[in-house]
Amino acid sequence: MDDKSPYLHPQYETLSPDALKALQLERLQATVKHCMNSPFYKKRFEEHGLKPEDIKSLEDIRKIPFTTKQDLRDTYPFGIASVPLRQCVRLHSSSGTTGNPTVILHTQKDLDEWANQVARNLWMVGLRPDDVFQNSSGYGMFTGGLGFQYGAEKLGMLTVPAAAGNSLRQIKFIKDFGTTAIHAVPSYVTRLYEVMQQEGVDPRKDTKLKVLAIGAEPHSEEQRQRIEKMMGVKAYNSFGMSEMCGPGVGFECQEQNGLHFWEDYYIVEIVNPDTLEPVPEGEIGELVLTTLCREAMPLLRYRTRDLTRVLGHTCPCGRNHVRLDRMRGRSDDMMVLRGVNIFPIQIEKILMQFKELANNYLITLTTDEDNDNMTVEVELEELFTDDFQRLLALQKEIKRRLKDEILLTPHVKLVPKGTLPVSEGKAVRVVDKRKVYQ
Amino acid sequence: MTIKQLSIFIENKSGTLIKVLDMLSKANIQIIASTIADTKDYGIYRLLTNDSAQAYLILKESGINVQLSDVIALSIDDEPGRAANAVKQISDAGVSILYLYSFVWKGKGVLVFRTDQSEKAKETIMLNKFSFLTEKDFQ
Repeated sequence: MDDKSPYLHPQYETLSPDALKALQLERLQATVKHCMNSPFYKKRFEEHGLKPEDIKSLEDIRKIPFTTKQDLRDTYPFGIASVPLRQCVRLHSSSGTTGNPTVILHTQKDLDEWANQVARNLWMVGLRPDDVFQNSSGYGMFTGGLGFQYGAEKLGMLTVPAAAGNSLRQIKFIKDFGTTAIHAVPSYVTRLYEVMQQEGVDPRKDTKLKVLAIGAEPHSEEQRQRIEKMMGVKAYNSFGMSEMCGPGVGFECQEQNGLHFWEDYYIVEIVNPDTLEPVPEGEIGELVLTTLCREAMPLLRYRTRDLTRVLGHTCPCGRNHVRLDRMRGRSDDMMVLRGVNIFPIQIEKILMQFKELANNYLITLTTDEDNDNMTVEVELEELFTDDFQRLLALQKEIKRRLKDEILLTPHVKLVPKGTLPVSEGKAVRVVDKRKVYQ
Repeated sequence: MTIKQLSIFIENKSGTLIKVLDMLSKANIQIIASTIADTKDYGIYRLLTNDSAQAYLILKESGINVQLSDVIALSIDDEPGRAANAVKQISDAGVSILYLYSFVWKGKGVLVFRTDQSEKAKETIMLNKFSFLTEKDFQ
């Protein structure tokens, strides 16, 4: 592609709304047919008396039952796959702390298509093969690592798999390699900036940075603007989820007015999480996605649990792919902190193993000096000692065990029994004070 | 040789102390001495009273995080150097003090401390012929 083209895939990115719909129907019908190779979908279609031929229009998608995360757990590890395992070349998995993990399989073609989406996004925000892309995101099972790696390479950039952490080394790379773009979770960008300040590095003068890709953890428009001001470059919001592939699914264009979700790859629906009926255009609801190009594990009407709304279907950038608002929260109780998905039940499970603690606890999420933090308050069942050292040791042990479970170190605060708020009926377990969903 | 002290776990927040004091006051319990040690988040309020067993029951029934801890209360002359001498003897005997506070009771100085090595502490007190207080002294 010519560097001057604003589009990496003009043939798809600039499709007219009607042409896009026609392509979607064709791909939906092929996907549904292909899903009949999946034991899970075959059974589910039979249970609902549904045949692939029943999908005659895009609206017919509503005849198809939803797929949930629970379905992925129930069919762990390979029960949803629509191809034999020998055709699969990659597996990603979410942490399985609330039951079975969820496993996502990829064929080589799936990986190529995933890389295409990421490359399209990065091109969209102005990156070209001359750029140097530093991926300061966790690698391994977390799709933000390999997803951006392959996408940035596909685009043709020199790509540095710096991974997360070790800020001094990151800054050295940024300076020495002439890094022009970074991908990281927003809270890590602010961390990098703090360290730059300590080291006397001015990102405006001392680096060649021009683009940031931020995502994988909820953040507000204010937080984005703060990051842009700190680093002196544009920061673009990225949406991904491992069930769809990973990053790449949705991305902001240079207008920064919502994320384009790629409708040649997905069908986007916004439904009321209670009634599961479509919400009126522009209203907040749960994002439901259907994959259109997946081989190994196509998912039909997958309930993402993320809440968002449609902002529009056209854009001054020339792309007619639906624009969605930044995620507004979750329709379940999952928390996303520094890119890590955490369910309160994981924390509860650990706390309940401490006989020194009472049953009540409170998780508070805050933004302190641009870092997102978690505080877990726990009630002491009995004062088993009046020795501070032993209380501190208990606090430390709770912290350590929680870290093993949720991979983040929370603050742990011991409080006297009976001091935490107990609401009527269901206890309030999580208070999110981050300025994220405003 | 040891006496019972109330140790109460309280939140580092206004209003928490008065709650405890109110309960004790209503039960007609007299406070002989008290001290608070605190961290950022919480504190431990330690008290000697004229009836620790009764005070413990009342607080416990109200759901307060309370413990009865064994402490040693040495009675010393209220003069310069006496506390230093007592602590030196205890320390020289290899007894470590977890915490210590003092007050004046009926013209005598009282050194209250808690140790995990109570046998050794008792031995030291006997050898040095220190006098000590018992709960009866406060009743």
